[in-house]
Amino acid sequence: MKIRERLKVSWRLFVIFFKIGAFTFGGGSAMIPLIQRETVDNHRLIDESDILDIVAIAESTPGPIAINSATFIGYQATGVLGSLAATLGVVLPSFVVILIISFFLRHFMEYDLVRYAFAGIRVGVVALVVKAFVSMYKQCPKGWLSYMIASAALLLSVLTDIGVIFIIIGAGVIGLITYLFFTKEGDKV
Amino acid sequence: MIYLELFLTFFKIGAFTFGGGYAMLPFIQDEVLAHQWASMDELINFVAVSESTPGPFAVNIATYVGSEIGGVFGAICATLGVVLPSFIIILIVAKCYLAFKNSRLVKGVMTGLRPVTVGLIGGAVLTIGQTVFFPVAFSWSVLATASFWCALGIACVAVVMAFKKVHPILIISMSAVVGIGLGYCGVWG
Repeated sequence: MKIRERLKVSWRLFVIFFKIGAFTFGGGSAMIPLIQRETVDNHRLIDESDILDIVAIAESTPGPIAINSATFIGYQATGVLGSLAATLGVVLPSFVVILIISFFLRHFMEYDLVRYAFAGIRVGVVALVVKAFVSMYKQCPKGWLSYMIASAALLLSVLTDIGVIFIIIGAGVIGLITYLFFTKEGDKV
Repeated sequence: MIYLELFLTFFKIGAFTFGGGYAMLPFIQDEVLAHQWASMDELINFVAVSESTPGPFAVNIATYVGSEIGGVFGAICATLGVVLPSFIIILIVAKCYLAFKNSRLVKGVMTGLRPVTVGLIGGAVLTIGQTVFFPVAFSWSVLATASFWCALGIACVAVVMAFKKVHPILIISMSAVVGIGLGYCGVWG
């Protein structure tokens, strides 16, 4: 691809992901259908079959799913330049909106109206986190190992001061060891 | 140096959470409280705002915490921190993604990481729930207050709405409106 062509496609990636970042609520998983529509159906930047791989990889690499997919798709389309354009595009709307809101809330938090609104909103947030918990649980493979790791993580994070990072690393190591010892090539987990 | 600290903290969070934005919540909670960047109360407000604005949850909350602690430059550092690990890792994975997809190592680590995410978010539900319903400390006397029962009522409606797949922004708006109404009736004190 010529450099002018690459710049053009990268700009288009930036615009597409800016739009996706500006109009989807609820983060990464909510973006996947939109990403598919824009990059596969409307602009043919990647192949239909790639989108499943992209989701799988975005979920098994660390970090926000939205950023992972944007970087990945950008790279597939026009290399590092494309991944920069797509990632910047998906981040920028969030960044600007939050910056403005945080600035305003700092000054309006004292007002009764805002305080009361947040007293209600905080309760609503509990519900959304419960929802996230249930959908994560549904996606998670079931089995004695899963249940043990999940309950150990819950108890350790609530009852002890052990850092979350050590709990995550510990679970990764336990998962790896049991997988390598107890499953053979081709087994289902 | 606050900027470097913000960057490094969010870099660590971005590098070690799997499964997208919500999976970051327990980790962010851990770090923000440890650094004394915000109280649990303020953190729940951050979560509420990040939840009800467009874009990836992870980017929203990173920008919010960064902006509260270090202004615009703080927001840039925190956001860059949470995005960079994803960006680098995806660029590496994109080069050799068939090998990555079929790797037994990756599958093994993921068998541990999926359940640990479920457990940690479960823990977040408990700590956030405790802060919202028992603001001072857990005690039976809370059951005699109107604010507890009103909060419980909002929570039940919000949970039902969340599972009926009502849009998060509607749930947040409903909670805000009810919160304001109850506030002017003197419920929140």
